[in-house]
Amino acid sequence: MKKKIYLMMTLALIFLFSAGPAFSGSIVIKGSTTVLPIAQKISEAYMKDHPDARISLSGSGSGDGMKAIIDGTTDVANSSRFIKDEEVKLALGKGTYPVPFRVALDCILPIVHPGNSIDNLTIDQLKAIYKGEIKNWKELGGPDRKVVMISRDTSSGTYEVWEEKVMKKERVHPGALLQASNGAVVQAVAKNKNAIGYVGIGYMDHSIKAIKVNGIEGSEETTLNGTFPISRPLFMFTRGWPTGDTLNFINFVLSPQKGQKLVKSAGFVPLY
Amino acid sequence: MSNIRQNRDRWIRRFFYCVALASITTLFLIAVFLFMEGLPIFSKVSLKGFIFGKYWYPTSEPPDFGIFPLIMGSVGVTIVSAIMAVPLGVMTAVYLAEIASPGLREVVKPVVELLAALPSVVIGFFGMVVVAPFLQEVFDVATGLNLFNASLMLAFMSVPTICSLSEDAVYSVPISLKEASLALGATQWETIIRVILPASISGISTAVILGMSRAIGETMVVLMVAGGAAMVPLSIFDPVRPMPASIAAEMAEAPFRGSHYHALFATGIVLFTFTFLFNLFADYISHKYRQVGEATL
Repeated sequence: MKKKIYLMMTLALIFLFSAGPAFSGSIVIKGSTTVLPIAQKISEAYMKDHPDARISLSGSGSGDGMKAIIDGTTDVANSSRFIKDEEVKLALGKGTYPVPFRVALDCILPIVHPGNSIDNLTIDQLKAIYKGEIKNWKELGGPDRKVVMISRDTSSGTYEVWEEKVMKKERVHPGALLQASNGAVVQAVAKNKNAIGYVGIGYMDHSIKAIKVNGIEGSEETTLNGTFPISRPLFMFTRGWPTGDTLNFINFVLSPQKGQKLVKSAGFVPLY
Repeated sequence: MSNIRQNRDRWIRRFFYCVALASITTLFLIAVFLFMEGLPIFSKVSLKGFIFGKYWYPTSEPPDFGIFPLIMGSVGVTIVSAIMAVPLGVMTAVYLAEIASPGLREVVKPVVELLAALPSVVIGFFGMVVVAPFLQEVFDVATGLNLFNASLMLAFMSVPTICSLSEDAVYSVPISLKEASLALGATQWETIIRVILPASISGISTAVILGMSRAIGETMVVLMVAGGAAMVPLSIFDPVRPMPASIAAEMAEAPFRGSHYHALFATGIVLFTFTFLFNLFADYISHKYRQVGEATL
């Protein structure tokens, strides 16, 4: 009899502790730095609405977020790309099924120094620049200056979109400069009149100039109606179908009145 | 009574033994982990293909894992920064130890050492925002984020190490050697060149190698100012991507335990090998050419 009581108590304790985040009112969010500004704004608003909720938020890359979802060290993983097959396999091996939620759209703008006279390029021209075939702005009708192409690290979500939508899976020339974040690309382009780079629409500011692609200006409308060629959806992944606080949070993010308004104020394109 | 004191002594000895062991164990475990995570890449690419491969496209299909441009980037910035930092560091050290007045020495030495306390991200930011546009303007190069800029920033960081350690070496040359030289009629310059420097050469070499080892392992600065092109540099104004920059930029987004992840760890092994050899070499030099007493000169 006594043994049974002990067993039950132990089991109860195990349940209590293994339940973890679901009951404690706290949500852990990790992952993409692209989604970070969105997650930041929404988390602040969510905590204002739910004073007892605690959200711990960090941004270290989509791959890192997936890793955390697989390992169970986070409730929500932000990602600027869809989950990879390898990652799904790893997650299934650990007995969880990552569920994606599309939370916003991102539009990636080619940018140049404000002093650059070029304001429209075709996708093929962009591709030729990043393949290293066009080496001088002269060839595009600009001044006689060398083109300095600035790219992102090959594992960032932004690079992946660029590779898919612009390079059509061909390789960016190894001579391209690498910057590790959207902010760093903006910095580098703003400081160099020879440079061309690309950033998410959320990072656009007055120190740089966006150029049209195939004559289409990158904006909310052109992203939503699908005419702007370099755009992508952004995701939040949860471990299995979300419950409790995580579910509340995801609903908050997707709500047109709350989360989606904040998506817009963070400089991204909302779903509605 | 004495038994208790001996016992206590024994326990204290064991405690310190464990403390010393802890850091060695940590290093050992990190090395084991590094190899465990890095070696699986060699089932995808040969060792030769990895080290001498010219293309680094870890995420394309099919991927290319050649880190030769990254190794050349690291070697490039380390050599150029050594060319700038070694004369500066060693000459400052000689000045401080032999020529400067004691009062000046008390002021200058801590200030030079303070340079080592500057966070690398601050130096990197300085290089990116101030030095890069300046270089572009003055040398009319395509980009200010290049090998030269990174080397300059790394030189800033290794000067304190080189200067401080060399200064200790120069300062610890036995006074009798100096006195003997001066007594024979040598000038101060002749004494420094013919007596002081040869006597402290082992200490100075150690300082230089440790300074270079700091430069090769430094991450933040090269990530911010080296430009990051995975190409073998042909001029000192070419952008490069040293190994630490590649690891830092890509690790966060590399799929966990994927081949890109393993390749980055393998790059870490190469980097670790470099710094390990540097340190081993520094140790060897400091033992081989150690000045013992006054008779060996």
